[in-house]
Amino acid sequence: MVENRPVRDFFAHAVLITGVLLVAFPLWVTFVASTLTFDQIVSVPMPLWPGDQFLHNYTQVLTSGSEKGSSAPVGTMLVNSLVMALSIAIGKITISILSAFAIVYFRFPGRSFFFWSVFVTLMLPVEVRIIPTFKVAADLGILDSHVGLAMPLIASATATFLFRQFFMTIPDELAEAARIDGAGPMRFFFDVVLPLSKTHIAALFVILFIYGWNQYLWPLLITASESMYTVVIGIKRMIAGGDASNEWHLIMATAMLALMPPALVVILMQKWFVKGLVETEK
Amino acid sequence: MAEIILQGVTKSFGKTEVIHPTDITINDGEFVVMVGPSGCGKSTLLRMIAGLETTTQGEIRIAGKRVNEVEPKDRNIAMVFQNYALYPHMSVYDNMAYGLKIRKFPKDDIEKRVQRAAGILELGPYLQRRPRELSGGQRQRVAMGRAIVREPAAFLFDEPLSNLDAKLRVQMRLEIQKLHRELRTTSVYVTHDQVEAMTLANRMIVINAGVVEQIGAPLEVYDEPASLFVAGFIGSPSMNFMPGRRAGDGVDVGGGVVIPMPPEARARAGEQVTVGVRPEHFVTGAGAAGPVFSLHVDTVESLGADSLLHAGFNGTLLVVRIEGHSTPPAGTAIRVSILPGKAYFFDTATGKRLKA
Repeated sequence: MVENRPVRDFFAHAVLITGVLLVAFPLWVTFVASTLTFDQIVSVPMPLWPGDQFLHNYTQVLTSGSEKGSSAPVGTMLVNSLVMALSIAIGKITISILSAFAIVYFRFPGRSFFFWSVFVTLMLPVEVRIIPTFKVAADLGILDSHVGLAMPLIASATATFLFRQFFMTIPDELAEAARIDGAGPMRFFFDVVLPLSKTHIAALFVILFIYGWNQYLWPLLITASESMYTVVIGIKRMIAGGDASNEWHLIMATAMLALMPPALVVILMQKWFVKGLVETEK
Repeated sequence: MAEIILQGVTKSFGKTEVIHPTDITINDGEFVVMVGPSGCGKSTLLRMIAGLETTTQGEIRIAGKRVNEVEPKDRNIAMVFQNYALYPHMSVYDNMAYGLKIRKFPKDDIEKRVQRAAGILELGPYLQRRPRELSGGQRQRVAMGRAIVREPAAFLFDEPLSNLDAKLRVQMRLEIQKLHRELRTTSVYVTHDQVEAMTLANRMIVINAGVVEQIGAPLEVYDEPASLFVAGFIGSPSMNFMPGRRAGDGVDVGGGVVIPMPPEARARAGEQVTVGVRPEHFVTGAGAAGPVFSLHVDTVESLGADSLLHAGFNGTLLVVRIEGHSTPPAGTAIRVSILPGKAYFFDTATGKRLKA
């Protein structure tokens, strides 16, 4: 809009700024709390300006965890979370891009049956099948391990479906030209389909990384030893009892650390992410 | 280089036969155009030669070798698609080199072939660009370059110019002609545009509803159409048809006009005969011989060099092409007659041309 309307501009900005403040304020409080001592936090009112405990608090959670709740160091938890989120994101993309490729480009018996059976599982959230999944994981002996954290969550109907929809927009002639050029199916996949899908892969990676990072229920069920905790579970374990017995400054520091990697992934991959959502290179 | 032979070839999807038994021989170095309306099966036929569609019955031979069971990549053919089908993420150079890379040609040989093709097609300055940075005509040239570098036995073109604008189409048509003159590679070209067919073909194959209606040199097909369909499809504006019935030694087309039939047509004619006359085979004025049509000029299209008169005759609309500067205005009555020997007679029931 090129019209110059000061009042409306002011109003629009006021709404936007209010929105930003509403979102940003809790984050600010979390950050401030992570730099204070326990006593400063529980005093009323809590200071709204950062204290001088930043280094102390963060060093403590990263290396030795809290004292009253779980004592697992957050450093280990971050590694666990990272392993889980990366395995889920990469595993999901690998498996779903291959299955979508099979469904779109190969004529095999039961093709549409397999597609629909994948598609139907879209309707089932993780929680519905969590007990049977736990049983299977227990029988496989992968409870309380990185494999157990990631593997059951790798199958993805959503990603398969998205890739299928994208592949169907790639003109058939491209596959035919590759056939005449002498490219076999896998050659075509690696030389043509994969490069064309890279923006979609990037967008999905962002979404799936955050999905994996934020997993709560599954890691809660499957992890027993502190060395396997993910950071999301770690926060939960640190909150041991009543208000006064929690070391809020450490919990807040952990929360800050927990939200850094997803935020970084989004910020660093923003360009690709938006490209993948809006544009296709054809 | 090679000849392509189709012998009793058919194609069925389920129970529907889309290509009826077809025999075609395409000679070495020949440029053959398959032309027909959309959905007539010409593209299917081309894709069967390429190996992208299976052949239900019959045999396809390229360079004397049966290829029915041979994969497209081993048929030694190259194809140019209507939407170019360039790999969007590869540079022009890589697009052209891809087929050679897969076939494991040495690097310097690839370089040499691509540079040569780029030279022929004037793509030199664009080799490092992506297809989306090129114009439609340039993309089409890249698609042809991809075919040329392989030095295949045959080029297959599937409506390669349909996505271009009219001016570019004319230009590319000339370039394809030039290219074929230089390379002399057997080419099969599919189009629905009869102008492309007329201008490019050494021989053209007119196809309708999965049946080959006529095979011949462009002018031969134009001058001696074998059926009502071919007569109506080839030539623009298309031939005028007047349904009529036998009346003595001629055909009564209504309005009191009886067109005399030559004896060889007369012998084979049934009761119902359709007379066809091309727009340029009408002559105006009193001097013309033969039966005279009294027409009422409905609309006039002035094209400059000549004009098209759309004129009502006995319930049908005839198109008459006359010299551009002596055009009668719309609404007037004119008298025309047919140039001697330029009336075509068809059996109305079978659509076949009546001749000896």
